[in-house]
Amino acid sequence: MDIKVLGTGCSSCQTLERRVREAVEQTGSDASVEKIEDMQQIMQYDVMSMPALVVDDEVEVTGQTPSVKELTDLLGA
Amino acid sequence: MLESFADWLIFSLAGLPAGVQWADAVHFFVYETMKIGFLLIVVTHLMGLINAYLPVERVREWIASGRLRGSEHLVASGFGAVTPFCSCSSIPLFIGFLQGGIPLGVTLSFLITSPLVNEVALALFIGLFGWQVTLVYAVTGILLGTTLGWALGKLRLGRYVEDWVWDIAEGQAEQADGDQKSLWERLPSVSSEAMGIVTDIAPYVLAGLAIGAGIHGYVPTGFFEQYLSEGNPLAVPLSVVLAVPMYANASGILPVVQALVAKGVPLGTAIAFMMAVVGLSLPEAMMLKKAMQTRLLATFFGAVGVSIIGLGYLFNLVL
Repeated sequence: MDIKVLGTGCSSCQTLERRVREAVEQTGSDASVEKIEDMQQIMQYDVMSMPALVVDDEVEVTGQTPSVKELTDLLGA
Repeated sequence: MLESFADWLIFSLAGLPAGVQWADAVHFFVYETMKIGFLLIVVTHLMGLINAYLPVERVREWIASGRLRGSEHLVASGFGAVTPFCSCSSIPLFIGFLQGGIPLGVTLSFLITSPLVNEVALALFIGLFGWQVTLVYAVTGILLGTTLGWALGKLRLGRYVEDWVWDIAEGQAEQADGDQKSLWERLPSVSSEAMGIVTDIAPYVLAGLAIGAGIHGYVPTGFFEQYLSEGNPLAVPLSVVLAVPMYANASGILPVVQALVAKGVPLGTAIAFMMAVVGLSLPEAMMLKKAMQTRLLATFFGAVGVSIIGLGYLFNLVL
């Protein structure tokens, strides 16, 4: 699984990245987590609110910071 | 009701002496913290709910549909007010709107109002200055975004948007996916987002209230009138310039400003200052710099800054 966290330096973007890493660790999956901060790359995904979560090139979350529990449910599926 | 609870808590339960400066300052701090905490929780939940039902993708579709017949600027500005603002979303929103085929001027209307009228500022304004001032602030903010976006739209500034933005904007915008959840299903995530916002800003608000309480307790009434009175013609532009670097602490600054108003700073000057703190944010400018050429960015911020100064003078005359 290929997970990307889209977002710049704002606090909720950092929160989302931290929670995603925690969720991946909890599920014990071998997914790769990458933080994308470059605006041009971010805009390829047509998202309008940060932070956003992209799993295998599908936009799953925009403008929200789900809890670790919600993230494990999302990533575990 | 909250006030009598604070009275009871401070003067009866804790036994602090009423009418003594430091005890009154403590009372002010406790009462304001409860009131503002309550308002912050209510307003962030409300805005979160509006946003859950009206995601920005749907707003974009609606504005781009061409059904608004000339009210696009007002609608974009109004949505800017109810959409939670984060400086990191300003570029995605800017490009996303252009991508959806929305004209630059309408996009700027949204972009001007979005930081200016946001949930945190509104909650703090209600708590500190009351409903009337909040209403004046919100309506002025929305009208400012409407007219400035319209005026800037007339200037053909499209050529000052960076090329890569237009390249992306030419691609097809995706349709909003209609996920139909009930209010009950949405509530937990709306609530956790709202509480996240409140905890994020809590330290700033508490620090601001503490400083405000100190000013209330110790600075004599009318102290600032001699320095920042309506007779001092430079007070408004000066406070707008001072406000620009303060964005990071916007939520902490409002309580301090309220205390200054209580001690004689004119309300118009204070409102102009607050509008500049939230509306002219340096972090936002740094982000937008990647998508806008300097000329567009300078025109955009210059127009907002000058208008805020004008509004400050106007409010000092009429309020």
